[in-house]
Parts: sequence; C-alpha cells; structure tokens
Amino acid sequence: MNESTSAAQAVRLVVGREISTRLRSKAFKITTIASLVVVVGYAVVFKVVGGGSADSVGFTPQAQPLAAPLVSVAQAVGAEVKPSTVDQDTGERRLRDGKLDALVTGTPDRFQVVVKQDLSSDLRDAFSVLARQVALDNEVSRLGGDPAAVSSAVNAATVDVRSLEPARQHQGARIALAIIVGILVYIAILLYGQMVAQGVVEEKASRIVEILLTTIRPWQLMLGKVVGIGLIGLLQLVLTAVAGVVAGVALDAFDFPTSVATGVAIWAVVWFLLGYLAYALLFAALGALVSRQEDVGGVTAPATMAIVLPYVLAISILPSDPDNGFMEVLSLIPFFSPMIMPMRIALDVAPTWQVVITVVLTGLLVAGLVWFAGRVYRNAVLRMGSRVRLTEALSSR
Amino acid sequence: MADERLEADSVSKRYGDVVALKDMTFDVRAGELFGFVGSNGAGKTTAMRIILGVLEADAGEVRWAGRPLTLQTRRQIGYMPEERGLYPKMKVGEQLTYLARLHGMSPAAAERSVRAWTERLGVAGRLDDEVQKLSLGNQQRVQLAASLVHDPRILVLDEPFSGLDPVAVDVMSRVLREKADEGIPVIFSSHQLDLVERLCDRVGIIRSGQMVAVGRVDELRAGDLVRLAVVAPEAKPGWADRLPGVRSVSYDNGTTLVTLDRGADDQAVLRAALQTGPVHEFAERRPSLAELFRGVVSEDE
Repeated sequence: MNESTSAAQAVRLVVGREISTRLRSKAFKITTIASLVVVVGYAVVFKVVGGGSADSVGFTPQAQPLAAPLVSVAQAVGAEVKPSTVDQDTGERRLRDGKLDALVTGTPDRFQVVVKQDLSSDLRDAFSVLARQVALDNEVSRLGGDPAAVSSAVNAATVDVRSLEPARQHQGARIALAIIVGILVYIAILLYGQMVAQGVVEEKASRIVEILLTTIRPWQLMLGKVVGIGLIGLLQLVLTAVAGVVAGVALDAFDFPTSVATGVAIWAVVWFLLGYLAYALLFAALGALVSRQEDVGGVTAPATMAIVLPYVLAISILPSDPDNGFMEVLSLIPFFSPMIMPMRIALDVAPTWQVVITVVLTGLLVAGLVWFAGRVYRNAVLRMGSRVRLTEALSSR
Repeated sequence: MADERLEADSVSKRYGDVVALKDMTFDVRAGELFGFVGSNGAGKTTAMRIILGVLEADAGEVRWAGRPLTLQTRRQIGYMPEERGLYPKMKVGEQLTYLARLHGMSPAAAERSVRAWTERLGVAGRLDDEVQKLSLGNQQRVQLAASLVHDPRILVLDEPFSGLDPVAVDVMSRVLREKADEGIPVIFSSHQLDLVERLCDRVGIIRSGQMVAVGRVDELRAGDLVRLAVVAPEAKPGWADRLPGVRSVSYDNGTTLVTLDRGADDQAVLRAALQTGPVHEFAERRPSLAELFRGVVSEDE
C-alpha cells in the first residue's frame, strides 16, 4: 500500500462515514422534506396566483362563431383563452368537473355565458368587451354598414407606447424565482457550513480526533468531512431544484420557458457548491479553535454574519430594485457572491462578464481557504481546553 | 525479525516558555509491560502523544524496531487517549469497524476483528447501540476494543485503568499482559501505583518532563540503601547509632528502623541487637512504589 492510495482511501472512508451517518440523521430527513414541500408549494402558489395557463372556454356549435372574436378580445385585455366546441350537456358536465372555466351558449347575436360559480375577472372583462362588440356589430348592420370593416378598423387602432426603460420579459416570475433561489442557496450554505463546524468540534469534544489522527493526516480528516457533508448538501439541493422544476412543468406554473427555470436551478447548484466550499473550509478552521459545542456559535459568528448579511440585503433590496448599484458591487466580492449572484442571475441582471469574474474570484478564494483552513485546522485541532487564538494557530508550526 | 522495541531518544518539547519534556530517553522492549508514572502535568500524556505522532517533538526521535516512526508504522499503534474518544452518536459496531478500516484493514478482516474483540471484552451484545447509551464501564471496554481492533504491534494507553470497576480492571490487566506476551511493547500510564507495581515489568517515573528513574520495580525498590526493621523490645534507644555503615536510625517503642549503605554488614546489626536482649523480628523493609514515587517527586520541594 503506497502513501498516495492510502491517502485517497483514508479520505474516502471519512467521506463514507459522514454520508452514512448524516443520511440517516433526522435532521437530514426533516430538512429535505421541508425544502421539497417549500418548492412544490411555491410552484402551486405560482400556478394559483400567476394563473399562468389559459382559461378554457367551451362553445356550443351554434355559438362557435364567437370563439375567434373572444380569443382576440381576451388578448386585448391581457387574458388567454383556449376555445373548444362542445354540446350543451357535455359542456355543463365539464364545467362542474372544473375542466371548463366557462361555456358559451345561444347564438352569436344573443349569447349566454354559463359558469360553475363565477367568472374570473379577466374573463368577465373579455366577455363584457365581446358583448359590447356584438351589440355594436348589430347596430352597424342595422344602419347598413359592414360590421367586419368597422371591427377591423377599430382593431387596427392601437396606442403607440414608447417606454424609456423597457420592461424585462417575465419580470414577475423572475422575481419569484430569485427569491426562492436566494432562500434555498442561503439556507444550504449556512446549514451545511455550520454542520462542518459542529462536526469538527464533535470530534474534538469527544477526543476521537486523537485516535483518528494517529492513523490519518489532519488534512485528510478535514477534507473528508467537508466533501462528505458537501455531498449531502448537494444531494438535498439537487433534489429540491429538480422537484421545483418538475413541479413547475407538471403544474404548468411557469409562464416563461422551462429553460430559464433550468438555467437558474443549475446556477443555484453551482453557487451553492462554491459558497459551501468557501464557508465549509472557513467553518472547519474556526471550529478547530474550540473544544466544546457551546463555543461553536461564538467562534463561527463572523463567518455566519458574512453569510447572513449579504443575504438579508439581497432579499430585501433585489426583488424591488434588481439593478441596485450597491448590491451589484457587493455581489462582486468573493465572500458575498454566493448569496447574491444566484438571485441576480435569476433576475437576469448579471452580465456574463460579472458571472465569469465572480466564479473565478470565488474559486481563487476557495483555493486560498484550502491553504488557510488546512494550516489552522492542523495546528489547532489537537489543542484541547480554552479557545486557540487564530493568529497562534496560523503562526505555529 | 528485528527487535521490535519502542525507543524514545532525547525527546524534548516545549509550549512557549513551558518545558513539557526535556531530553526524555527510555525504551519499551518487545513483550514488555511498561508503566509510566508521574504526577499530573509531569509530561506523561505529552510523551505519549509524541510517540503517536499527534504531537511533533521539538528535538529527539522516537524509534520502533530501530527505525524512526512514520505514518505507516504509527498505523500499527493501538492508542487509548486519556479522556477517551469515540463518536457518542455512532453505533459501537460501525464505529469499531470504521476505526479498523482507517488503520488499513480490509472490510472482512475489520468485521471479524470487531466481532472477536467485542466478544472477548463482553460488549458483543451492544454492537448496534450508540456509544452514548452504554454505561461508563462498557464505554471503556469499547474504548479498549478500539485500541486493539486493528491488531496493533505497539500499545500505548493513557490512564487505561482510571474509573474502572474491579472486574474491568482484571479484564484490562489480563488483556494487557496477553498482548505483551504476544511480543509487543505495551506502555501505559497510571496513578494506581499498586497496580503498576503488580503488573509492570518495568516502570518509568517522570517528573517535570524528565525521566527520573527507569527500571524493574524490584530494582527501583532495592535502591542504594538497605532499610532494616529490628523488633527488640528490650533495646534502649541509641544501641545502633555507632554501628559501621549506618546512615540513620529511628526508634519507636521497641522497633528500630536502621538505614545502612547497600553492601554494609547487616549481620553486625543483628549481633548488636541480640546483645540487647531477645530479637523478635529482623527484616529488610523495601519501599513500595508509592513510597519511592513520593520520595522522587518530593525531592525538589
């Protein structure tokens, strides 16, 4: 057995232990179920509030000529209608089953709308406009004019709007996406980062670290812990992201292309990985400084603040002001990027060069932290008792 | 096979201004039980941690079978830290298997060894329990199993007997003796000097980071001076004061304690005693390890 294979094997064993003990833990099961419930629930809320999909309206054969006018009228008032032709009985049954939102009966001149309980406000607007148009057509015909010519002239008249700041596409949906992505990435980094600190201190407090370090090197133990817990976090986040996208597609809750949701989900995972690695290393180093679980909170407070602050700022500023200059600057700082960039990417306000530069900078930060954490951990992890000073852990051999 | 003895050669360690170990040299021979005694803070744990490589010495070297210890050879040490160390929330079986695997055992061999040692130590029924649910005594049995499960070639145990009930002490003693008889060096520290005296082939007494006495217990107890107890009820105080080779004499109600140089004529003392009247007892009193220890430790104070 040579040194390099045994090092890889040692890290694998540590990773394996982290995964097997943590997968079985109640904490993992509870947080996984909670985040799945949150994203699926979010997709449902999206569907109900956003109402993304079209209203289906049935037409009896006699009323059928009204289908095309209703679709165009609905479009004008901002609603979307999916017309179908049914006979009266089938239509009413479908209304009761909730498969139809409205059923149009009668003749084109004199039509009636049947609903289960009430019309949605969009449809009510569309039908009112339609009713007026029918009345107008009748008047035009009575006066000897050509209703078709009048309507086409009326339809051709549009208002020319010039916007100074063109609205982004799907802005509302992107804000909602940004919020959910921001929350999930933030919670994952904080939760799993702190889990690393607690794991390090657990080994110190129970003194098993002394036994472990007679057979493996400190960096192998630290790396195995960071990777093992990271894989658990990754698994949970990927599960959540996939569940979110699948639920959104299945419920037809997105009124924007699925590729946008998928892209945002992938970036969320990438930023979790970068942010987790940076903070897990930091948490491992800080955790190694203390010997009791009670002291973990205190010693890791600065790192926790570095996660919480940018998140709180981002979640309170970005949804209402995506282009905020202060947040833009903050998002370029490697320690803060992981919490802010996924939201800015979801909001479509992060230029490619900024994404590239923050990924590179955060990658460099991780590399620096590998050195830093390795050194602090090695020097501090066997020092039991009172808190080891960071400068001391860095300088001692 | 090379002589698999464990040697510490002029090992020194300091923490800032505090000297923890100063030029410590001793060896533990293969097949020997070596007891390490000293007051709290004398440097026993530091010395053990340096042997294990979890601490680095400032100077000096630890060798096994004539070669400096490396991570590979250190894998073959079985270690029991003073304050114990196991994952409280991990199951006994999984934990021991994990430790055996970290020491380089194959999964099957680890499994076998865990079974064998837990049966031997009487905790086989608790394999699926979390360590924290075990009684303190059982936790210590598991701890001992943890130090033995990878079939170590060297055993280093820091205070293995502290807090054990008498039955567990017997089990522990037997296992340590057995491992030594298998031909491996076994070193342990303890404050229970009677136990060390009874169990160990050799002992090392450590004070302020220095080894002040190393040797077989009877050698150490013999020392440079002979102490004789003479029970002669009719003897008057002062009878032994002028005898040749006498260092000091104390009289206490018919019993006289005479200390003389080793090699001085003890029969002269007996003859002088007989002249005072009947002699009921004439015997050499050897100090116990505890008395020796007190003497050594208090020398400076």
